[in-house]
Amino acid sequence: MSKIFAFHGGIHPPENKKQSTRAPIRLAPVPEQLVIPVQQHIGAPAKPCVKPGEHVLKGQVIAVAQGRISVSVHASSSGTIVEISPKAVPHPSGLDATCITIQTDGKDLWTEHQGLGDYRALERSSIIDFIRNHGIAGMGGAGFPTDVKLHLGDDHIVNTLIINAAECEPYITADDMLIRERADQIVGGIEIISYLLNPTHILIGIEDNKAHAIRVLEEALRSTTLNIDIVVVPTKYPSGGEKQLVQLLTGVEVPSGRIPADVGIVCQNVGTAAAIYQAVQHGIPLISRVVTVTGAAVSKPQNLEALIGTPLKTLLDTAKIKRDQLSRLVMGGPMMGFTIEDDGIPVIKTSNCIIAATQEEMPPAPPAQACIRCGLCEQACPAELLPQQLYWFAKSREFDKAKNHNLFDCIECGACSYVCPSNIPLVQYYRFAKNEIRTEEAEQRKADQARQRFEARQARLDQEKADKEARRKDRAVQAAKTQAAKKTATEAAEANPEDKIKQLKTAAAITRTKLKKALTALETAKVESSDNIAQLDLQYQQAEHAANDAQKALESAEQNPPPSLTIAPDIKQLKTQAAVARTKLKKAQQALKIAEEKSHDGAELLRVTVAQLEEKAKSAQKAFDNVDENAAHNSAAQETLPKEAALNAIDLKALKQNVSIMRTKLKKAEKAMELTEASSPEATELEQEISRLTQLHQQAKTQLDNEEARKTSIAAAQGVDLKKLKIDAALARAAVTKLERSIKKLQETAEPELNSPELDKLQSELAAAQQKATLLNNTLSQFE
Amino acid sequence: MSAVLVAILVLLSLAIIFGLILGYAAVQFKVEGNPIVDQIDDILPQTQCGQCGYPGCRPYAEAIANGEAINKCPPGGQTTIEALADLLDVEAVALDAEHGEESVKTVAYIREDECIGCTKCIQACPVDAILGAAKQMHTVIVSECTGCDLCVEPCPVDCIDMLPIETTLNNWKWTPPVPGIELIATDTGYSSDPLSSEQALNKQALNKQASSKEKAVS
Repeated sequence: MSKIFAFHGGIHPPENKKQSTRAPIRLAPVPEQLVIPVQQHIGAPAKPCVKPGEHVLKGQVIAVAQGRISVSVHASSSGTIVEISPKAVPHPSGLDATCITIQTDGKDLWTEHQGLGDYRALERSSIIDFIRNHGIAGMGGAGFPTDVKLHLGDDHIVNTLIINAAECEPYITADDMLIRERADQIVGGIEIISYLLNPTHILIGIEDNKAHAIRVLEEALRSTTLNIDIVVVPTKYPSGGEKQLVQLLTGVEVPSGRIPADVGIVCQNVGTAAAIYQAVQHGIPLISRVVTVTGAAVSKPQNLEALIGTPLKTLLDTAKIKRDQLSRLVMGGPMMGFTIEDDGIPVIKTSNCIIAATQEEMPPAPPAQACIRCGLCEQACPAELLPQQLYWFAKSREFDKAKNHNLFDCIECGACSYVCPSNIPLVQYYRFAKNEIRTEEAEQRKADQARQRFEARQARLDQEKADKEARRKDRAVQAAKTQAAKKTATEAAEANPEDKIKQLKTAAAITRTKLKKALTALETAKVESSDNIAQLDLQYQQAEHAANDAQKALESAEQNPPPSLTIAPDIKQLKTQAAVARTKLKKAQQALKIAEEKSHDGAELLRVTVAQLEEKAKSAQKAFDNVDENAAHNSAAQETLPKEAALNAIDLKALKQNVSIMRTKLKKAEKAMELTEASSPEATELEQEISRLTQLHQQAKTQLDNEEARKTSIAAAQGVDLKKLKIDAALARAAVTKLERSIKKLQETAEPELNSPELDKLQSELAAAQQKATLLNNTLSQFE
Repeated sequence: MSAVLVAILVLLSLAIIFGLILGYAAVQFKVEGNPIVDQIDDILPQTQCGQCGYPGCRPYAEAIANGEAINKCPPGGQTTIEALADLLDVEAVALDAEHGEESVKTVAYIREDECIGCTKCIQACPVDAILGAAKQMHTVIVSECTGCDLCVEPCPVDCIDMLPIETTLNNWKWTPPVPGIELIATDTGYSSDPLSSEQALNKQALNKQASSKEKAVS
């Protein structure tokens, strides 16, 4: 026999246990409908795995465990699932919770079930899983999933296993009757638990008011090899409380806020032990339990083995309830139980007792009186708290202080309320305070979470903002760079007059376009005799002014051509060379003419010189032309229009000079031809000379024409240079007049037969020139 | 003379030593930010609803630290005001009704078949408790919702309801027990004015007497 320790406080309420121990445990009838809540334990509710309309067999899983702390739920009898819906469950709140309703078929057909046989050959974890899957939760009252208590992990070494058979609360005899009738099952369960936990010693704590049970238990223990001590403790409420029983049997006080496992002790209820045995040996899940149906309002108080989900009404009817005497229906014991209003709520895994009390048995609580500071509550408290102090704090809502006075060590046993002479519902105050503190803590947790989320969001938004700002800055820097590049380009353009001229030209073109638009608008307005003519007129004038300004700026820019042109001196030099060569040629020709006129002997020599000079002049001219062309090309490439124009002008002039020179030469040669006799050798020579000169003249002419055509095309491409167009037009007109004059002259000179092809050519040229002139005139008129 | 000098020297050297210690401590153990703001922020309910007129709980905490009134937080209610009063050692005043009244806790609920997926509520939610994308149906993560109400206003189709949090077995609370007869002032928990209640009792008794006498006369 172990030594019995003691715990502080405790009370001795009337037991009222005898009424229900007179009859053996009877099977409660299978009701028509079973209402099985998915949560009958502490932890996460099981998840329904059946659908309405489905047929289930007895022992079939209808809801599976979810999460670490959870157990499965099984069908208590065979039948059809009617609905899965919220229904009233045994809870002090009277609230609804998800329940699976089974319409029983009365056959009570078992599903296939099998025990583990020799469980000692199996892994411990597989047995624990088996227990979890068979829905076993603590049957003492709290309903903590048993598998969790059996699988504590490596950080807990269990040296003592305590089997709780104290059953200290008045009226309840379910465990007592279970021991009396099924002690072998309990011992079998203890063997399984001890195999799983491997404790150094096992204690069964039982109150001394259960003499019969103690005897049976001692009998049963003879069959086991395990060293199990039965510790009979004096009857005192609440010796069945886990922490109190631990203290009673071992003298160890479980620290505040810890569990017995932290001090190497595991507590299991006898009912749980029996359920474990049933599951492991026979594969029977937790689908029924022994329920004490007692109270003065039932004729036959007794213990019933009821299927989980059986409505209380069925049990009460079985116990022959006298409804006219019933005043209060209590689920659980009179100390810790709660009043229920609806007798349709089902029996669950933790329902150990139903008390149908009469008015005399449980009169309504008298109104609470003022606390007289008697201190009886303190003497009764098994948790060694200061109930009076806690009461003040709870009442004035000073929850922090209540918490500091270890409110959470209160087991809500009700001893203090029981002894209170002022009938103060102390436990209700404590429950309320605990609730408030838990809610506050939950809110604090939620607030912390919200703060975290808020701060994370804020950080995210700030980051986004910063990123946006950085991108904007990047863009600004980029823009500044492009701006700077543009600026340098403008400056370069200002330094480079050609670019400036280009810009001015563009500006002039824009203003001209504007002017044209304004003019069109004005004309339309005039045609429609609109009201805003004056305004449009003003606009037109402004546009005209702007156009003139732009044009002036452009002209002034063009008149000041770039001072340094690399090709210009070259061209000039070449031109001078060409001119020099031409002058020499002229002189030589004059000398030759004089010599020829005088039939001089040196004419031959002179002719050779003339030919040489002609060659020279030609090559000089060619060189000049080449350079000129290159320059023109370069300028075209650089789009330096004024230079090109200047070059073109020079070019045209030179070409025209060339042409006129050729013409003069030709005329002179023809004159000389007229003077000499036709049959003389000089005449043939002269004839040859004439044809050569004509050829040269032709060449010069084509060159001139080409150049002019090119210029016109450039002008056309540029489109809008009025001044150039005007000049071109004037030039074309002059060319036409010149050609006309030369034709007249040719016609006036003798021998029309000789000159007829030339005349024809000149005439065709004239026609072309005329055409060009009209074209240019047209273009000009378009712009003007 | 020498004693005075010694005293002066000793005090001077002590002053220098402590000055150095304090200076070092001021640099070494410098507290970043205002710790009182953190403490106030811890007390505030973190709904981030802005009913106080500040954009979130922390700005209001900062404002309180700078002397703002403590009674502008309807979600926190009287509990928060008392906690703040306790912390700041000021008088606990009643909630300022201008900023709203203490009401039941709610969560936002989006009627999903009416949601057009505009994401406006998502942008409004201060705790990112609304899930969804453009042109996709949105929904509220109930466990994260603080019930701040801020998503209701921007919804163009008014498909957001603020529903009171349903009582389930998990959040059900015991109701406070009915207090019994209070005989002495401290029974109430608060120090109420005992005189006035006595006067009221007397008045009642007198009225009773008067009515009984009246009956007897008539």
